[in-house]
Amino acid sequence: MSLVRPRSLNAALSLIASDPTLMPIAGCTDVYVGLHFGTMAQKRFIDLWRLKELHGISVEKDVVRIGALSTYTEIIESTIVQKRVPMLVAASREVGGAQIQNRGTLGGNVANASPAGDTLPVLAAANARIVLRSKNGTRTVAFDSYYTGYRKSVRQPDELITAIEIPRLDGTQWWRKVGTRRAQAISKIMIGAVRGRDVRIAFGSVAPTVVLARKTAAVLSAGGSVADAQAALRTEIAPIDDVRSTSEYRARVAANLLAQFWKETA
Amino acid sequence: MARAVGSNVRRKDGDAKVTGAAKYIDDLTFPGMIYGATIRSTIPRGTIAARHISLPDGFVVADHQDIPGPNYVALIDPDQPCLAVDQIRHVAEPILLIGHADKHALIDVHKRVRIEERAATPNYDPEKSAICFKKIAIDKGQIDLGFRISDLVIDGEYRTGHQEQLYIETNGVIAVPGDGQMTVYGSLQCPYYVHKALVVLLKLPPDRVRVVQTETGGGFGGKEEYPSILACHAAILARKANRPVKMIYDRVEDLLATTKRHPSIVRHRTGLTRDGRITAMDIDVIMDGGAYATLSAVVLSRGVIHAAGPYRCDHVRIRGRAMMTHTPPNGAFRGFGAPQTQFAIEAHMDRIADQLGIDPVRLREINALRPGDTTATGQKLGKDASALPVLRDAVKRSKFAQKRKKWKGTNRGIGLSLFFHGSGFTGGGEVKLASKASLELTAHGAKILVASTEIGQGTRTMHAQIVADALGVPFDSIDVNEADTAFVPDSGPTVASRTCMIVGKLLERCALDMKKRLGKMTPAQYFKKHGSFTVTSQYEPPPGLLWDDNTYAGDAYGSYAWGCNVVELEVDPVTFEVTPLNVTAVAEIGKAIHPMMAIGQIEGGTAQGIGYALIEEVVMKDGRMANATLTNYIIPTPQDAAPMDIGIMESPYQHGPFGAKGVGEMPIDGPAPAVINALRNCGFDIRSIPATPERVMKAPRI
Amino acid sequence: MKLTVNGKLRNVKAHPMKRLLDVLREDCGLTGTKEGCGEGECGACTVLIDGVAVDSCIVPVAHAEGCRVITIEGATATKTGKALQNAFVVHGGAQCGICTPGMILAATPLEIGASLDEIKVALAGNLCRCTGYPAIFRSVESALKTPRRKSSRAGHL
Repeated sequence: MSLVRPRSLNAALSLIASDPTLMPIAGCTDVYVGLHFGTMAQKRFIDLWRLKELHGISVEKDVVRIGALSTYTEIIESTIVQKRVPMLVAASREVGGAQIQNRGTLGGNVANASPAGDTLPVLAAANARIVLRSKNGTRTVAFDSYYTGYRKSVRQPDELITAIEIPRLDGTQWWRKVGTRRAQAISKIMIGAVRGRDVRIAFGSVAPTVVLARKTAAVLSAGGSVADAQAALRTEIAPIDDVRSTSEYRARVAANLLAQFWKETA
Repeated sequence: MARAVGSNVRRKDGDAKVTGAAKYIDDLTFPGMIYGATIRSTIPRGTIAARHISLPDGFVVADHQDIPGPNYVALIDPDQPCLAVDQIRHVAEPILLIGHADKHALIDVHKRVRIEERAATPNYDPEKSAICFKKIAIDKGQIDLGFRISDLVIDGEYRTGHQEQLYIETNGVIAVPGDGQMTVYGSLQCPYYVHKALVVLLKLPPDRVRVVQTETGGGFGGKEEYPSILACHAAILARKANRPVKMIYDRVEDLLATTKRHPSIVRHRTGLTRDGRITAMDIDVIMDGGAYATLSAVVLSRGVIHAAGPYRCDHVRIRGRAMMTHTPPNGAFRGFGAPQTQFAIEAHMDRIADQLGIDPVRLREINALRPGDTTATGQKLGKDASALPVLRDAVKRSKFAQKRKKWKGTNRGIGLSLFFHGSGFTGGGEVKLASKASLELTAHGAKILVASTEIGQGTRTMHAQIVADALGVPFDSIDVNEADTAFVPDSGPTVASRTCMIVGKLLERCALDMKKRLGKMTPAQYFKKHGSFTVTSQYEPPPGLLWDDNTYAGDAYGSYAWGCNVVELEVDPVTFEVTPLNVTAVAEIGKAIHPMMAIGQIEGGTAQGIGYALIEEVVMKDGRMANATLTNYIIPTPQDAAPMDIGIMESPYQHGPFGAKGVGEMPIDGPAPAVINALRNCGFDIRSIPATPERVMKAPRI
Repeated sequence: MKLTVNGKLRNVKAHPMKRLLDVLREDCGLTGTKEGCGEGECGACTVLIDGVAVDSCIVPVAHAEGCRVITIEGATATKTGKALQNAFVVHGGAQCGICTPGMILAATPLEIGASLDEIKVALAGNLCRCTGYPAIFRSVESALKTPRRKSSRAGHL
């Protein structure tokens, strides 16, 4: 097992350009579980934890820019995020417990690409953009286009997520996570949503990737009933049975969450 | 001089624990020590066709051929092999032991060992099983007559699942071999159980085997019998390697391979008069024992004895059987059969109340056992029987009637349970154990020598309080020896809520004997003049206690503690999540030797009972625990903690030290049915636990 | 790799990916920090890195390099550590003790007067199986002098 520890972002980008098999690590809250139990196939890592360029939360021209290595604690404590993306604060508060929030990062949540990633429905509903950088340059990818399948994204092995950008959100933000318990819980189902001129609704833990429920949102935007929206939702999610819950529960609660969102943001 | 008993003296082990000085098994190392790992079966049933081991130098391997004595773990029945020979009866059955000086070399070791397994068809259904570990029949009166005189008959079937003890410190031992001897240090509850298993397995004389309990991070029954297996494994490997061997299970292995609470199916058929008096109780109890007998016979025993609940009834028939399935063996867990059967009777009582149109409190008042009544086994209760006092106190404290009325038709519910718990080993069990306790005079006081273990519940402190007061010396002048078989007599296991009532009583007698011998001298004076002496006391049953093992009738326990729980909860209509708003727990325990520690037992046991009711589930897939990580087997976090209101009542037991009964287990008997009854109150008909949101969602509405 | 542990500068020879938990217990001989799950779920391994609580079982020692680490053995150096330790003994927060080091360290970043809600947030990542939590709340409230109306004694409902 090896760990390379670049001192700057440029050094990091050079290293992964020459060796795209290096696995980036930051807060390690997921990586170390796999390592400890011997389920992690990867053995060669590149440490991003101390790269200052990847930290920091700022706002410019109404776009919130969150450095990829912003921890959940930093997000919770950021007055910028509290004011502009309160649903991201809400989601961050429900990640693990204090110890996990002090180490886990937003970039890590995106990179890990779990179907149950706590911030992903928020980023989908917020129409976020992922900033990717390689030795050769920078590009920005709309969150909606970022994932291509189960734990797969458009990120190339020689690219790092450097920041997540969230545009100005018009409307009321809403978030709810249904976990197995009130803290330290993997979600059974989550919803992140914005109700403004546009309606954007995203669900987590109901498909191989986070689901932006476009048809469902369109029904509501057009003035349709909650019942019709729930019917549309049924066609957009594909929940499964697993050790934590059942597809029937997830489907039914998704519909209930949709209704609760619509009612509470009226 | 201030009395120690009844006051919250400073815990003897507290300071070491809060400073990190307390040494648990994984904190210890020995010179030349190596680490051990276990290779286990991956199928639930079958045979071992071949073993292919390809390991480089540096590894030590041991199998059943390295066992000098008979290949079984001595407990009750000699049916559980220490290491499998050619039969596999459950997933994670231990087959080989591998040792290495570098513990990291063992992480992947199972990849270098290939066990060729031939699968056979497993059975997971206890009702379809052909192997019965134990059958028990209890009969009182004439059951047919009881039904003839009833106005109506109500049936019910109730189910409980596995529950994992989830001590935060996993199982671990270190075996240190010597010339014709073996010492094992470990996280354990019963040093003499481990001692016996090692003596048999290693074919060593008892005085050549030594077992030392290290500071133990929780047991709850999960370290009652299981450590014997682990100790045997480490000892075999230590013998083979001729080096000390440390074996600490990681959490996944501990969850997969060690014992759990027995799942149960309990069926009730109850005859009652129209005005709510029980005339007949016909109860059938099935416990799923897993693949080997372990303690199933005793779990079943306690289960059936408590199956009729704290109620009087002249005509009772109880039939119980513990059955084999091809799953990892189940074993001891706080409550030990009583949580299962009292879940059933208490859930059944509320269904009865609904059907009869009688208030659930009133139904209990009519039928609760009173002093002078006889239990299902025909035991006549003394004046310390407190079913009605605890019921009335809990109902009053929780404002039960008021809330029941106020919350009608809302998503809030309130439910109760009434329960009891016998302290000590059943029937003739304590006589058979013949426990001993010793007290040694020291230069400044006395030293307690017992095999009872401190596992968090406060053993050291509570025993020292009893001895200090009986001897008439300050609490601080009493020391407690480590539970080390080289120095302490066999006081029996630290289980069955007996550590205070039985062993504490022995120590009280030791202290009184010592006091007599000291005469007018203080311990310091006597010690200076004559040196030390040791007093030993052995268990004697209280006069008049009669039990018949053949008819399962008579005085099952010396004494019972009594409890009542009221649970207030709310069901989220969007997610069906159940939030306990408040739990009232009233316990009558004879005497609270250390009130704060007694409250600690009640709060802790209640929390475990709430977890049992709502979120703790062992998901079994093909005979294997599918959710074997702490991420997926969940217990409440501080954010889930149910607020609790605790009441302690004291109705002294004349043969308990200072009147004390047992307290450790009873608190876990009540919460689950109180939760189910609260859910019933807000409209959900649920008859099995855990009542997860998924099940609440699908429950029939009433 | 140099890190300060409980105020003492340590030079540790360990693989940078070695778990901080193992470095503390093995290389530094500080066995007060415990392992309960190995997956960052139970908090028994909680230590402070530069004043911030983390699960040391999922932190590479490389991330503690140049930092100030506090374990239970150094808890008296924090503002509230000593009070918390005593409170856990006196108010029943410690039964078997295995979760106690992590619990105490998770509580040390709290301010004097912290409310029950703030206490629950700080301890949400620490599991206890013995106490059911009320005694832990009472212990922390006592150590932090939580005013009664904000405490677990404030009454429910």
